[in-house]
Amino acid sequence: MALWLVIVPLGFAVVAFATPGARVRPWLLPAAGATQLGVVALELVGRGDGVGAPWLGLDPIGRLVTGYLAVLFFLCAAYAPGYLALRADRPNRIFCSVMLVFFAMMNLIASVQHLGLMWVAVEATTLASGPLLYFNRNPRSIEATWKYLLIGSVGIALALLGTFFVAYSALRAGIATSMLLSDMLASAPQLSRPWLHSGFVLALVGYGTKMGLAPMHTWKPDAYGEAPGLVGALLAGGLTSCAFVAILRFFQICVAAGESEFARTLLLFLGLFSMAVAGAFMVRQGDYKRMLAYSSVEHMGILVLGIAIGGAGTFGALLHLINNGLSKGVLFLSAGNIHRAYGSKRTDDVSGALSVLPASASLFLAGFFAITGTPPFGPFVSEFTILTAMMHAERYAVAAAFLGLLVVVFVGMGSTVLAVVQGEPSERSEATPYRDGFLGVAPIAVLLALVLGLGLWIPAPLLALLRDAAAALEIAR
Amino acid sequence: MEETLDLVLVGVLLLNFLMLGTSRLKAAIHFAGMQGVLLGAALFIAHGHASGRVFFLSIATVALKGIAIPSILLRATRNISIRREIEPFVGFTASLVLGALATGLSLVFSRSLPLLDEHAAVLVVPASFATLLTGFLVLTTRRKAITQVVGYLTLENGIFVFGLTLVEAIPFLVEIGVLLDLFVAVFVMGIIMDHIHREFSSLSTEHLTSLRE
Repeated sequence: MALWLVIVPLGFAVVAFATPGARVRPWLLPAAGATQLGVVALELVGRGDGVGAPWLGLDPIGRLVTGYLAVLFFLCAAYAPGYLALRADRPNRIFCSVMLVFFAMMNLIASVQHLGLMWVAVEATTLASGPLLYFNRNPRSIEATWKYLLIGSVGIALALLGTFFVAYSALRAGIATSMLLSDMLASAPQLSRPWLHSGFVLALVGYGTKMGLAPMHTWKPDAYGEAPGLVGALLAGGLTSCAFVAILRFFQICVAAGESEFARTLLLFLGLFSMAVAGAFMVRQGDYKRMLAYSSVEHMGILVLGIAIGGAGTFGALLHLINNGLSKGVLFLSAGNIHRAYGSKRTDDVSGALSVLPASASLFLAGFFAITGTPPFGPFVSEFTILTAMMHAERYAVAAAFLGLLVVVFVGMGSTVLAVVQGEPSERSEATPYRDGFLGVAPIAVLLALVLGLGLWIPAPLLALLRDAAAALEIAR
Repeated sequence: MEETLDLVLVGVLLLNFLMLGTSRLKAAIHFAGMQGVLLGAALFIAHGHASGRVFFLSIATVALKGIAIPSILLRATRNISIRREIEPFVGFTASLVLGALATGLSLVFSRSLPLLDEHAAVLVVPASFATLLTGFLVLTTRRKAITQVVGYLTLENGIFVFGLTLVEAIPFLVEIGVLLDLFVAVFVMGIIMDHIHREFSSLSTEHLTSLRE
């Protein structure tokens, strides 16, 4: 039953909180990740037993996203013990248990079928990720956490209002509303249009803040810049994808109500604007972690752009959700290793990483090629699918803008990445004794192998999941 | 029932103005707390019938929004020496004028909305928008971290008021979830405020400007 996907990580969170040994505790994270992989596999093979219905249940989108989250979390969790062992000076009780609560809430967002409860879960992820961002306990991370909490909470407060508006659109039409997704989809054609429209806009702004779409992205460079690489990977790969799922739920209602054109227009604008803002800030970016944050803004733009185009673009966007998330894992974790070795995330201080950290820097470089859509990596396939959908829909101006912005990002990101990995090692490379180790590199290598694998071949079960999820977003029920 | 509900909502609107006009941090927190108590009463009245569920939700609203959350914030003021909001980005008189404008606009705007008859007859929707806008105003024009949290609370109160139109539709679990989320949010913000104060010896968010392009 879908409830296990939430209960298992929560159970591990309790165990982590009760475990006294700071050296043993981090190993509970990969243990939880491995258990979750098993639970998800059982869940995806089984037909579902209806326990927890109608509130909880795995529809095609939920099946795809919970499966993906389990893989991402397991690999990030496998990186955690090595990282936390290096940070033995910091207590990790709160960090470990909160990270598991955070993971549980992400699974709840993906599997919940009630718009109100989905909101509760999204807000819970904000609160759970606050302490994760604050792990370094310096003035800069205080500032980042404060902005993240305040902007995030206010943003999702608007999403709550949007949820209420959509519920009111049913009430106004004389339907006894339950805020259950299935009920809303069934009664969608009768919903009161003004309330549905304004509700969708508010939900898009609110959950878009969480997702980091421009112009609501202002917390993102600060948060990702100051967060440990491990946390950045989970935020940029997991949380933003969950916020995207929340937006998709409202999009589904719009499609079912025959208002998809209205929703697609808004998504198209936000998507292109996010890509443009990201492109502008990535050129001459002197901080390689902030650069990754802008890359995240860009790819959130690509996700909503794919949905806005529709057709094959929907399939492309869902595939890109996975490709982007796994590539972000590679980039944030390897950037975290480089940051650790040099003690700086400015390109002024960091150069020659390839000779100081051969493995991490190679993975960072490969991650850069992957995320910018270079073949044969996965993001190339999903971005190409979205581009093909644009051509097919005869949206040539959009396609031109999309391609142009991808080039700008490639050049901007490339100059920063190359400055980090190439050249002679800077003096800062002696700042810390940290060098590549097995625990710090192996999970990243596996993530990269997955990104590469998805570019060469999509396994049949995943293809079926993607097709089902895309169909759920395209066909009005 | 409608008259009583309107009376409570007028109280909520008055508290908006009191909040905009005060420079004292403690007073602003008290006003937000009183709003929380009124919201608990409004929830009870809006349901129109007494049941265990309604009773529990109203009590929970009063306990969390009216008592627990304000006391977290009051505790945060006790540790610091600053008692007043000094030099807000928009002055107190100007804030009051803007607040009056927002309330007027909310009243006019709500008339043009396609509301059900039973909701058009009461102040719920205009009071919700006016409180929401007041929250935004406080949030964006004040410098102290505490006042910004009070602004966020007021904004959330405004959304809560809109939720009164949906009392039949929102399940118990969600109502409790929303309240608990808000409580934990303020709790976590309280911890971070404590650290801001320890790190910068001040609760002014002007110190939080080192992260930029």
